[in-house]
Formats: sequence, structure tokens, C-alpha cells
Amino acid sequence: MSTKNLNADNHVEEHHGAPSGIMRWLLTTNHKDIGSLYLLFSLLMFFIGGAMAMVIRAELFQPGLQIVEPDFFNQMTTVHGLIMVFGAVMPAFVGLANWMVPMMIGAPDMALPRMNNWSFWILPFAFLILLMSLFMEGGGPNFGWTFYAPLSTTYSNDSTALFVFSVHIMGISSIMGAINVIVTIFNLRAPGMTFMKMPLFVWTWLITAFLLIAVMPVLAGAVTMVLTDKYFATSFFNAAGGGDPVMFQHIFWFFGHPEVYIMILPAFGIISQIVPTFSRKKLFGYSSMVYATASIALLSFLVWAHHMFTTGMPLAGELFFMYCTMLISVPTGVKIFNWVATMWRGSLTFEVPMMFSIAFIVLFTIGGFSGLMLAITPADFQYHDTYFVVAHFHYVLVTGAIFSIMAGAYYWLPKWTGNMFDEKLAKTHFWLSLVSVNVLFFPMHFVGLAGMPRRIPDYALQFADFNAVISIGGFAFGLSQLLFVAVVYKCIKGGEKATAQVWEGAEGLEWEVPSPAPYHTFETPPTIK
Amino acid sequence: MATKQLSWLIPAIVLSGNASANADEMRLNMTKGVTDISASVYNLHMIIFYICCVIGIVVFGIMFWSIIHHRKSKGAKPANFHESTKVEILWTAIPFVILIAMAFPATKTLIEMEDTTDADLTVQVTGSQWKWHYKYFEHDLDYYSLLATPQSEIKNKIAKSANYLLEVDRPLVIPTGQKVRFLITSDDVIHSWWVPEFAIKKDANPGFINEAWTRVNEPGIYRGQCAELCGKDHGFMPIVVIAKEPAEFDKWMAEKVEIAKKFKEEEQKLLAMNMPMEELMALGEKVYNANCAACHQQNGQGIPGVFPGLKDSAIALGDVKEHIDIVVNGKAGTAMQAFGKQLALKDLAAIVTYERNAWGNNTGDVVQAAAINEFLVDK
Repeated sequence: MSTKNLNADNHVEEHHGAPSGIMRWLLTTNHKDIGSLYLLFSLLMFFIGGAMAMVIRAELFQPGLQIVEPDFFNQMTTVHGLIMVFGAVMPAFVGLANWMVPMMIGAPDMALPRMNNWSFWILPFAFLILLMSLFMEGGGPNFGWTFYAPLSTTYSNDSTALFVFSVHIMGISSIMGAINVIVTIFNLRAPGMTFMKMPLFVWTWLITAFLLIAVMPVLAGAVTMVLTDKYFATSFFNAAGGGDPVMFQHIFWFFGHPEVYIMILPAFGIISQIVPTFSRKKLFGYSSMVYATASIALLSFLVWAHHMFTTGMPLAGELFFMYCTMLISVPTGVKIFNWVATMWRGSLTFEVPMMFSIAFIVLFTIGGFSGLMLAITPADFQYHDTYFVVAHFHYVLVTGAIFSIMAGAYYWLPKWTGNMFDEKLAKTHFWLSLVSVNVLFFPMHFVGLAGMPRRIPDYALQFADFNAVISIGGFAFGLSQLLFVAVVYKCIKGGEKATAQVWEGAEGLEWEVPSPAPYHTFETPPTIK
Repeated sequence: MATKQLSWLIPAIVLSGNASANADEMRLNMTKGVTDISASVYNLHMIIFYICCVIGIVVFGIMFWSIIHHRKSKGAKPANFHESTKVEILWTAIPFVILIAMAFPATKTLIEMEDTTDADLTVQVTGSQWKWHYKYFEHDLDYYSLLATPQSEIKNKIAKSANYLLEVDRPLVIPTGQKVRFLITSDDVIHSWWVPEFAIKKDANPGFINEAWTRVNEPGIYRGQCAELCGKDHGFMPIVVIAKEPAEFDKWMAEKVEIAKKFKEEEQKLLAMNMPMEELMALGEKVYNANCAACHQQNGQGIPGVFPGLKDSAIALGDVKEHIDIVVNGKAGTAMQAFGKQLALKDLAAIVTYERNAWGNNTGDVVQAAAINEFLVDK
């Protein structure tokens, strides 16, 4: 027994008598295994949600109804949104946190490993329930991922209960994941790893975890009220019974707006790791980055009603939420400026993670600009619920969140697998994605400004040309992502061996352990310089 | 008066002046619209857009300068700086000042938009799945406005007309130059009444009334759409507003009120008459396809799990009175609307007759206008 433990690099862990095959993955409490499970699950969900986007784009390729009925179209937009938000983006960040947070702070594992296992393994069931509801008589959820009442209560189909349960399970999973991250960071930092020495990815995740704990219960409350309104004759959102449908939107967006930052703060963290590495220069304004992240998180609780300017708020409310929303662009701007200052007079190289990061900075900023435009309430009346908004949130979520996840995956893939990835293939993936994603989302600004509402299966003729272009961009972007799978697969199978540091300019604890990272790292805490 | 707001940002004035000249050549940009408010909104949009452009050019410019000149392959050695409180304060303060400058014109426009006092004319706008209802407060006139694009165009069987999906059977008509107030509400789910040319987008919330207003400067036909997902046919409930000179508007209104009055008198006469089955069936098919087929489908089979079918259904084959009641008064807690207030007696009689005798529902029942009227009088 003791002889087996002598080799700290031993990849196969045996001293717990770990099971092999499928049971290894079902019972694992290892943060690296669970991180991999999260990442692979989110990749699968990315393709399922993506397939639904392809259905949407195929129907919108030409005016008229060709492929699907309007009701099914609504199910596609709804489930596409739910899957991408809760199934692709959030689990991917949790996966990255699982893999990297313990390694970055010198911890042996996550603080609550069994809960970690549980928080992953309930997720597949949540999405199974959601996806199966599509095959029910009457179809799956069709009221948009925002499930506004009373469309989701009195007027929804029978699958609503399944939708509610599935969201509950996703919420429980997120809360458990968030608790784990907080407890790990608070308790398992190596001696000398003070808060202001933590890598920014750890910082952003710590703040994200607090956001999750604050707002996921609000979402749980919202879906529960939808459930009781629909099935138990309550009237939370039913005016005829003394309720208020607009109150639903307040509750939903009180969750929904911090949720937006839950999906972008870890992205900021990833970019803040990658840009210094490939600039060979320390991150500019580390402490201002931390403060900016914290102020974005706090402000995120004060801007929810900017999603609701058209609901008929009082003037004072509209002004308050307009000012707060404009204010949030200040700390976000600080982050962009800091990244640019980090690159300034650095010694830049452009490996694939850096390419995705630069694309992130430019394209996320474009999403930020349209966000600032949307903050201007009188103009928002024209933008609201048009393709301009669709363009905005896809710029921040696809070229923002997803591009950062791609950047992070390419950045850490050699550390995870021990092999360098096929750089040529990865660069092809990058360039195809970059071009197609802009063909896909940029013209949406134009059709939105010209007056095309979102969530419609058919449109007036003046939008036809741009929609054809958008659809072609969509198909190209979707297909390009298959290359990512090819790169990951090849990298797991083999390739040029990676060094411990992997990238020339990389600094931090995760680059001090060998590649691939051994099954157990930092069983004795490292010394922090 | 719109240009007054531009004085906040001098560089933007020049640029937005150029851009607005060719704004309507290609549909790339927001409309300037036909009201003073919509012009202000357009100007706000252009100012903030140009602010974003300038910031973007500066930030990306510096970044790409760095990318080109500070690359390792050119022998660039990394500098050592990584902190500067002065710089951080500077790039916090500058955006803050820009935002404050932007907040002034935005606030001013917003205050104007929300001032619905002193209206010359009030129209109640009610959304329901999937049509709009307009009711003039100062006149004895109200009517429903439905999509006029035929199914055959939507299903790609015939060529699409120029105003595909943006045409209705009875548009809303308002006078130019007068302040028209809209009271917006809904009968079922949340809809949103949006006419881009007026810069009005206001949600129609069931059980609550929202206000909006416009003063249209030029006569014309203005088209919009429902902007809030409201179910299956959300994409198929357009809005068309015709703005007429006040004199023409008054003439139109007088005509319409007269027609509505005559129509009511005709209906009373109809109560004493019996329409033959064939006539009811022919009319019924037409009215059914326009008003009922969206949910119950042309073949009467509905959409399983969403909308019940009528072919062989307990209601269409059962008690006539229950059947009439549900058509006239709707069914609470479902998407089934009360059609009593939407359609003429004759049409309602035809629908019930049609539903009881079409698709193999051969009950042989003939329902007359008088039978329908009993249910209207009742409630």
C-alpha cells in the first residue's frame, strides 16, 4: 500500500480502491474527474442547444413557414435558451472552477467532494426531464426561457410541471456548486495565499459563487409560484385573483440580471489569466480588477428592471434603472482598459488561447456598447424585444462567455491531458468561428433596428436578405464547432508532450505541477512566494 | 426641436446629421419616425452610437497598435509596469463624465414621453391572442383588427404581397397634429403594442392599464407588430395605424359610427329571421377559418395537448346551449376567448352551426341569431 503512494505523479489512483469503468465516474469525488464531467456535459449540451438554434435558423432562412409550426418554433427558442444558459455556459464554468480553483490556490481538492459529486450527477437528470418534455403531447415549454406569466401559467401546456422541476434541479446543482467554491476558497488556500494574491479566475469565481447563492433561490421561488399558479389555483401573477403579472418579471429579473454576470464574471477571470501569460507581463491593475468585479456584482442587483422598461414603470423607476445601468459600464470599462494596458508594451505572442482572448475583448466590448445603448431608456423602447437585443446578448454570451470558455479550454487543455493540441486545427477552428459568428450575429443589429421583433417564426419581406445571411453564418458557426471536438479528441488521444509550464509566460501554481496534472495535487501545501 | 438635444455633444452633431440623410435608403438603422418624440429618440440613439464608436476606435486602436508593434517576433521586451492609481482613476472618471452628459438628454426625452396629460383623443388598445381591439373613448366606435395576410401566403402557396404579415383588415385611424392617448391593456397574456414610427412600445398587461401618447406630424400608413411573446401566433398580430388630417379623420369617424349604428339595427331585424342551413354553413366556414382555425385548426382537430379538437368533441356533439355559451362567453382559465363581443350575431350563429355539422359532426342542428342573442342578453 505505502509503496504505491510513493509516486506522487501516479496517474491511476488506487489507494482508495477506486472502482473502474463507469462506476469510477459515477462515484468519483475527485475535483479533476468532476471538472471533466462538467466540461464534457456542457459540450454535449452546447451541441444539443446548438442543434435547436439550427432549427430556428433553418425556419428563418426565408420568409413564410417552411419547416416547423409556430408552436414548435417557440419550443425551440425556449429550450435553446434554457439549455445554453443552464446546460452549456454555467456547467462549463463550474467545470473550469472544479479543475482549476484547487490547483490555483494550492488545495488538494474541493472542500466538499461528495457534495461535488452530487451537484454534478443531478444535472443530467434535470436536462433529461427538460428534453423529454419536448416529446410530450402538446410539446415542451414554449413560453420563452424567461417564462413570463401568465403565458407560462394559465396559458401554458401540460409540460410546465416538468419544466419547473427541471429548473429546480438545475438550481440545486448550482447552489451546491457555489457553496463548494466558497468553502474551498475560504478554507483550503495554501499558507501564504492571501486573498489579494489569489489569481483573478479564483476571485471572479468567488464573487460569482456569492451571486449564485443570492439569486438561484429567487429563481426557485419564481418557478414555484408558476407551478402553484398553474396547478394549485394561486394568483401570484393573475390579476383576476389580485396578483400581478408584472411582479413575475420583477422576480424573474432580480434573478436574471445577476445571472447575466454569473455567466460573464468567470469569463473575465479566464481572460485575466490568459492575457498576462501571452503578453509576458503582469496583469495591469490587479487590485482594481478585483474591485471592479465586486462593484459589477453589487450593481448587478440594482439594474434588473432595465429588462422591463416597456412594462409601464413609473418615471422615477425608469430613471433610477437607467442611471444604474449606465453606471455599470464604468467598472466593465475599467476591466477592458486594464487588459489593454496589460498588452501595452508587452512581448506578445498569439497562441490559440490568446487569439480567443483578443477576440473576446473586442467582441465582448461590442456587446457592451450595445448594452450601453440599451440602457438609454427612450432608445430602449425602440430596441426592446427586437433582434437588436438578440444581437446584444449573443455578443456577450457567445463571443463573450463561450469564447472565454474556448480560450480557457485551449489554455488548460495541455495541463489536463499532458499533450499539446493540434495547433493548426485549433487555429482553423478559431478563424472559422470568428468569421462565422460575426456573419451570424452582426446583421442582427441591422434587422433589429429596422424593426424585426424577436421570437417570431416568420417575418416581413424587408428582413429577408439579412435573415438569409444570418442563417448561413449560423450554420457555418455550428459546423465549425465540430472542429473543437476534433481538437479535444486528438489532444486526449495523444500529441506532443506538454511541459509543466506549457506556455512560456505562464505563472501560477497550476503551472508548477506536471502535465498532465496528477490525480492528486498539493497533498502537502505548496510554499507561496 | 430635436436638434436642440444634440448640443450636448458637439462631434456627434456633424456625424449624425450625415447619417440621418440616408437613413431610409436601406433598412439598416432605426427609423426617425414621424413624431417629435421619435425624432428625439432617433437622435439619442445616434449620439450614444457615435460615443460608442469613438470609444471603440480609441480602445481598439491602442490594442491593435500593441498587437502590431509589441509582439515578441519583433523583438519586443516586456515592460515592467503593472499598476497606476492615477490611470485607474482617470479611466473611471472619464466614462463617468461621458455618461452624465448622456443622461441629460435621455432624461429630458423620457420625461416628455411619459407625459400623457391633455390628450385630444383617447383610444383603448386591448391585445388578445392574436389580435388587437381598438375603442375610441370620445366616439361610439370599437372594433377588432386582425392579420389580413392569407394563410396561403404564409404557407408559401402563393406569392407574398408587399406588406406580407404587416397588413390588417381594419387599421386604427387617428388624426394628425392632435395628441392621441393610448390606454393599453390585454384580455389574456402579455402583448406589447409597438409602432416604430411613433417610438411607442408599451406592454399590454392583463388586468392593468398602461398609458402612451403620440402626436403624428405627417399623414400616412404606419406599421408595427406585437413585441412581446404571446404564444403560438405572436408573429402574426401586426398593427397598422393610418394617420389622417383632422378633417378627413372626422369624416371617416362619422361614416364609421353611422355604419356601426346601421349594423346594430340590422342585427335586431335579423333576430326575427331564419337563415337557411347552406348559407349558415358557407358563412360559418369563412368566419371559422378567420377566427377559430388558429387554435382548433381548419380540419377541426386542434393541436393535441395544446388546443382541443372540435371534430367528434363532446361540446360540438353535445348540448347546443353549452356549445353556444362557450363560444359566446369563452372558458375562464383557458385560451378560449369570449367571442360574443368580437363577432356579429349572424357570424356567431354560423360558427356554431358550422362546428356542429362540419368534419363529420353531422348533428343537423341549425343555430339562428336569436339563439345566440339569448346568451348575450343573459350575461
